[in-house]
Amino acid sequence: MEVFDIFLLEAVLNGVLLGGLLALLSLGLNLVFGVIDVVWICYAELIMIGMYAVYLLHVQLGWPVLAAMAAGVAVVAVLGALLHQFIIRPVLAAEPINQLLVTGGVLFFLQAAATLAFGIEFRSLGVKMSPVSIGEMSFSLPRIIAFAVAVGGVAATYLFLTRTYVGTAIRAISQDRQIMPLMGADPDRLFVITSALGGGLAGLAACLLVLQYDIHPAIGLSFGPITFLICVLGGLGNLVGGLVAAFIFAQFISVGGFFFHIEWGYVIAFVFFIAVMFWRPQGILGGK
Amino acid sequence: MPRALLGVSIALLALLPLSGIGNYPLHLVINCLLWGYVYTSWSVMGRLGLVSFGHGAFLGIGAYAVVMLWNNFGVSPWLGAIAGIVVSVVVALMIGIPCFRFKIVGHYFALVTLALSEVTRLVIVALRDQTGGSLGATPNTALAQGVTVSFEALQFQSKIAWFYVILAFWLLALWVWHVVDRSMTRLALEAISQEEDAAASIGINVTKSKLFVTIISAVMTSIGGVLYAQYQMYINPETVSGIGISLQMVFGVIAGGMYVMLGPTVGAAFTLLLAEGLRLALGEHFKQFPALDLAIYGLLLVLFIIYLPKGILGAALDAWKNRSPSGLPATAKK
Repeated sequence: MEVFDIFLLEAVLNGVLLGGLLALLSLGLNLVFGVIDVVWICYAELIMIGMYAVYLLHVQLGWPVLAAMAAGVAVVAVLGALLHQFIIRPVLAAEPINQLLVTGGVLFFLQAAATLAFGIEFRSLGVKMSPVSIGEMSFSLPRIIAFAVAVGGVAATYLFLTRTYVGTAIRAISQDRQIMPLMGADPDRLFVITSALGGGLAGLAACLLVLQYDIHPAIGLSFGPITFLICVLGGLGNLVGGLVAAFIFAQFISVGGFFFHIEWGYVIAFVFFIAVMFWRPQGILGGK
Repeated sequence: MPRALLGVSIALLALLPLSGIGNYPLHLVINCLLWGYVYTSWSVMGRLGLVSFGHGAFLGIGAYAVVMLWNNFGVSPWLGAIAGIVVSVVVALMIGIPCFRFKIVGHYFALVTLALSEVTRLVIVALRDQTGGSLGATPNTALAQGVTVSFEALQFQSKIAWFYVILAFWLLALWVWHVVDRSMTRLALEAISQEEDAAASIGINVTKSKLFVTIISAVMTSIGGVLYAQYQMYINPETVSGIGISLQMVFGVIAGGMYVMLGPTVGAAFTLLLAEGLRLALGEHFKQFPALDLAIYGLLLVLFIIYLPKGILGAALDAWKNRSPSGLPATAKK
């Protein structure tokens, strides 16, 4: 068998599609870390809540899919703002590890709350889309949509941060938390806006994931770790690094899964992550 | 704590099975001690600024090493445990040396170790032909009609036997915790966790000090995996490795109190009693509220970290000290 066959190409292209999704997944977390210097360990659980919100509104209350998704994004954005206001703010001055840990409590709570509300059964949105075939290769339509939306989301976030007044203020405060308040920027307000934005991006990721995967209360644990690792690999808080890392990870998973088994794809990606940490602890694109 | 009081408490605990408590309460006590042991093992390094999110790796290595060697090759769990310990030490060194050399601390250390625990879980799942994958594995039983004890297979039918085995390990863990607490290494590591470069400049060997507690902690945790597998007679990748159990260890310790000897055990007891208490309080309605205990637990954790950063036992001891006639302020001993 020649090595460079059409199925390998398919795996590579699927990796690119997955990369877009992973990029969006990690973007919100990365933004929050870059600006507020806090890792939301419960980030994947926020996405899980978003998935349930879309499911509840569309399947149980009969809203149109797009309206349910818009509402889902809003729900998670509000949740992000609340998380910051009531849970992160009281520990902002505490040791950094406490800020990481407090969101771990939220992780348990959200997982349990979802179990209480929806049970442990797998829920599906029930939106069926047929795969797209190009030659002998076939790609799932939700993945292509996810890729497109993810690229759009990343671009919109970039434009927001660089072209708007508030975005500029957010970037400024992430560079110097002490000086910016003297220039009239209100850190409390900017942090809440950033958290809402991070939550909104988590909500957007939820809308794309819900098209591809069934929902259950522990789903956050399955893609949470990879989201953190992408952010760290790219250099925590470095948005461009996060993008590059997402595509690298996706290739490992997709191509590794093609040659071996899907779990081995993940194992290779994680081992690669650990190795890179030793080589460049600040991340592949992180500055010193 | 005065030595006499300590001796009496241990003696009373050791006499517990003779008081004729039923099998189920005894099972709960064993579980408290077992998880108390594991959490204490974690806190040996966790309290010194090395917050690991990867101890599921060591628990999983210990548990799967004994069960796989026993089921596939008939190797006694005693040897299997040694194999598990050796692998754990190798893994701890492979992660520890680069992490400590390159000053990977705080968030980064937590997330690198998180990756390690996920790698362990995924490898166990991926080797499904040998490990049984997500379905888990059960050690082949060496017990039969009339055979209630097998030392070679480390299997005891009687819960009382298990109680004493696990009690012994739990006491051992407390002793290790105490020895580390009294050692120069602890002082060195506290200095390191405050200001690593300054500590290094006064001649503390940062990498060596950190590796020392990491290896102790990893070995103890993997023994915990062995005990868990042999006592429960069932393991699966989710319950002994991966992010879930790793976080559970961290938060159990935080709930109980990271800086006091019995804190991790109090955390383990608290978690178990919360679930049991709710089961009793809700009676038949308990089944209608799956994960209610976890919801309350999560909420309490958030409140603890914000308002009670020293944990249940830590805060209780502080309050006790403030009230004591000797008038020692709570901050006298950190």
